[in-house]
Amino acid sequence: MLEMGIRRSDLLGKAISSAKRGNLLGKTTLSLLYATDLADQLENRIVPAMQAGFVVLADRYIYTLMARDLARGADLKWLKSLFGIALEPDLIIFLDAEPEVLFYRTLAKYGELNYWESGMDLPMGSSMFESFLKYQASLRKNFHRLGDEYGFKMIDATPSPKKIHKKISAVVSDYLAQLEQNAPSVQPGTGQIAQAISRPVRVEED
Amino acid sequence: MALKKIRGLGMNKKYPGRLIVVEGCDGSGKSTQLHLLRVWLQSQGYPVVFTEWNSSAIVKQATRRAKRKELLTPTTFSLIHACDFADRYEKVILPPLHAGCIVLADRYVYTAYARDVARGCDLPWVRNTYRFAVQPTIAFYFHAPLEVSISRILFGRPSLKYYEAGMDVGLSLDPVESFKLFQGRIKDQYDKMARSEQFVTIDATRSIHETWGEVHKVVQEKLADYEPPAGKI
Repeated sequence: MLEMGIRRSDLLGKAISSAKRGNLLGKTTLSLLYATDLADQLENRIVPAMQAGFVVLADRYIYTLMARDLARGADLKWLKSLFGIALEPDLIIFLDAEPEVLFYRTLAKYGELNYWESGMDLPMGSSMFESFLKYQASLRKNFHRLGDEYGFKMIDATPSPKKIHKKISAVVSDYLAQLEQNAPSVQPGTGQIAQAISRPVRVEED
Repeated sequence: MALKKIRGLGMNKKYPGRLIVVEGCDGSGKSTQLHLLRVWLQSQGYPVVFTEWNSSAIVKQATRRAKRKELLTPTTFSLIHACDFADRYEKVILPPLHAGCIVLADRYVYTAYARDVARGCDLPWVRNTYRFAVQPTIAFYFHAPLEVSISRILFGRPSLKYYEAGMDVGLSLDPVESFKLFQGRIKDQYDKMARSEQFVTIDATRSIHETWGEVHKVVQEKLADYEPPAGKI
């Protein structure tokens, strides 16, 4: 098993963090920096691992980057082609909650709102609180739209972590059982799974 | 929403300034000509902004490190240059164009189309990445036979850099040989684009002085209806 996430590439992870600290970034630049960061992780770590038969867990993926950039006025077709370099996941789990719930949890955990998570580079309201709620509502709308298109498994994220975990386990167990039923000859570690899923996803240009 | 307008795709976008870009293989003499143009425009009192490929402060260090350590794949090579371009585009290309300035760019999106495709990237994908960029007023293409531009670069150079020579593409184990093959691929891409992108093709085999005469003439014609922003001169 291998893990990946946002802003964790060797290539640009640090550069993005320091550029964001200065808040000096254009929106297209920010989007491309994240795409580069993701591509670096994919090509240097994820694809080789999958070819070796690993299961890869991604904490956020292209859908987060798309939802965030849509909230910043990006063109959906442009985003789809840009992220056409990414592998299509086998399973996409989306933890869904109202912005008010996120607001409460953010304050409980960090004691303050984050500039970027509040969409303050836009901003979407006269106060950070207002902007946070509107920005998160906009993200959620984008996620739901992407979820319909890409078949997210939606999980209600309002209950306790323990209950959410149970639901996630059930979704993953179902998926694995289905996989076994459909392709009993595929053995983990033989590279067969990776071959089947590692083809690049191309989105047609209009 | 106002944001949608700001982020719209660039190719049909109008702007009051003028955007002049130079393209061509390494050693085609384009940077020299752009320098002459910059000096001349400034001497005429025009508001001029200059920008060049690979110079954004945000990714410069990361790019340099990645190149030194040979960490880049064709995809990440393409994307990191797109980051560099986007940062310069959003800061020093688009705002001056909106303000009515003359922007001079040493290499523009066509460099990415030519180089990334020569590296094996998918052309529609690369073109999509840069679709936010506006169409230039003039795109000069400095055209010279491969032997000419290659000998200009190799003259007095102890060695070629890894990516510059296209060593990552695996065309040859010999850097000079690889460089020649790689530059040939890039030139093929430029030649293919010359008509569809309405390049002004300049014969770059002549002397600096002769070439400048032609560049100067083309620019003068294109500036005939140009009005500098009021109060700037």
